Amino acid sequence: MADNTIPGTLVAVEGLDGSGKSTQIHLLHQWLLGLRCKVFFSEWNSSAIVKGATRKGKKKQLLTPTTFSLIHATDFADRYERQISPMLKAGYIVLCDRYSFTAYARDGVRGCDPVWLRKLYGFAKDPDVTLYFRVPLETALGRILDGRTNLKYFEAGMDLGLSSDIYESFRLFQQMVMEHYDKLAEEFHFVIIDATRPIPVQQETIRSIISKKIDLAAYTQRLMR
Amino acid sequence: MSPKKCYENPPHGVDPSTLAGALIVIEGSDSSGRSTQVRFLSEWLEQKGYAVTQTGLTRSQLVGNAITAAKQGNILSPRTMSLFYATDFYDQMENVIIPSLRAGYIVLADRYFYTLMARDLVRGANPDWVESLYSMALVPDAVYFIMASSKNLVERTLSAHNSLDYWESGMDIGISRDWYESFVRYQKALRAEYNNLQKKYGFEMIDANRSINSVQRILRTRIESVLENLYASV
Repeated sequence: MADNTIPGTLVAVEGLDGSGKSTQIHLLHQWLLGLRCKVFFSEWNSSAIVKGATRKGKKKQLLTPTTFSLIHATDFADRYERQISPMLKAGYIVLCDRYSFTAYARDGVRGCDPVWLRKLYGFAKDPDVTLYFRVPLETALGRILDGRTNLKYFEAGMDLGLSSDIYESFRLFQQMVMEHYDKLAEEFHFVIIDATRPIPVQQETIRSIISKKIDLAAYTQRLMR
Repeated sequence: MSPKKCYENPPHGVDPSTLAGALIVIEGSDSSGRSTQVRFLSEWLEQKGYAVTQTGLTRSQLVGNAITAAKQGNILSPRTMSLFYATDFYDQMENVIIPSLRAGYIVLADRYFYTLMARDLVRGANPDWVESLYSMALVPDAVYFIMASSKNLVERTLSAHNSLDYWESGMDIGISRDWYESFVRYQKALRAEYNNLQKKYGFEMIDANRSINSVQRILRTRIESVLENLYASV
């Protein structure tokens, strides 16, 4: 939903696990802080109140595609209504590490109805800029699997029953998520970032995109701390 | 026996047409005597040889405790609360109601999503959003709404608990600083929403301003005819 009366700007990053988007949004955050911009950062699946239930559901494998989707929407709504939306109204730049598109992609893969999903998240404003970190599947898989020995059940999409081998399941799941992302990229006009490039090169591109899209001077804090 | 269906698309992995049994919903305000009626109905049905599963709201393993904890603190936005309740609802539906129906049980639901919808609507939720949220719910075989006047409700609540409950009085909405006043006005607002929902979803209203036994007799007569129809073709 576009709302031109809200003074803040919403920037979201999306991409596969291992695409490097969290690193890039962290660097963007630091840069904006350095410029003394009013900026707020929010991360997917991080609401303190909802987290307990999510963790329990995942641990005990109680979740169906529907309840998996709803519990993440609950987490999002809590952060949206208590932080993201007030921050935007107060004229902040809000950076979101994953947004509703993560739900459209992952829950879509799990078989949730796309129309239902879009209505579920219909209360949330569309981002002003969505950066999509696109990498070849093998690169993303390599980045995740290199540093880690154990994958989690839902993270690997084991609930989908794609394969009894957790690594094979993860691979198939990520591939399907990527296909969804590629379609979403067109539907929602994502700005595609080539996430195979060196970290500082990507960051330079992102900073240049953001400076063009946002009048950063308007977000500078007037009061000295 | 008419096949079961959902209001719109069923949740992923659910085929309602494969379900047997019967889903019977008893709706009604807090302190309308609803839970007592459900208990009596359950005993009666088992006496008659039907296997019964009882279900209700905020009972799921998944988020039941989280909801209770969140209510203590009153720190969640109304939308977060609605989504928490919706998660609980679908968890019960997919993990209790559907397996029971598949096994041919009669599921007696002590409230269904209509209550959740009414509470959300009174708190200003967008009707289309709430309707879509619950669009995957199973359509019950019968819904009975036990309806008491708000004056009656306040008397029953006070005589049972000696005090009014914060949430049942809608104190979170800020209708009035006075709890009694807030309770009465909140219950009236809910009642107006239930009336709208009744037109939309077609539940049968039963006047609760009479004895427990006479409400029970009415319920039994109606449920008997529902079950006769369901099992007539078997």
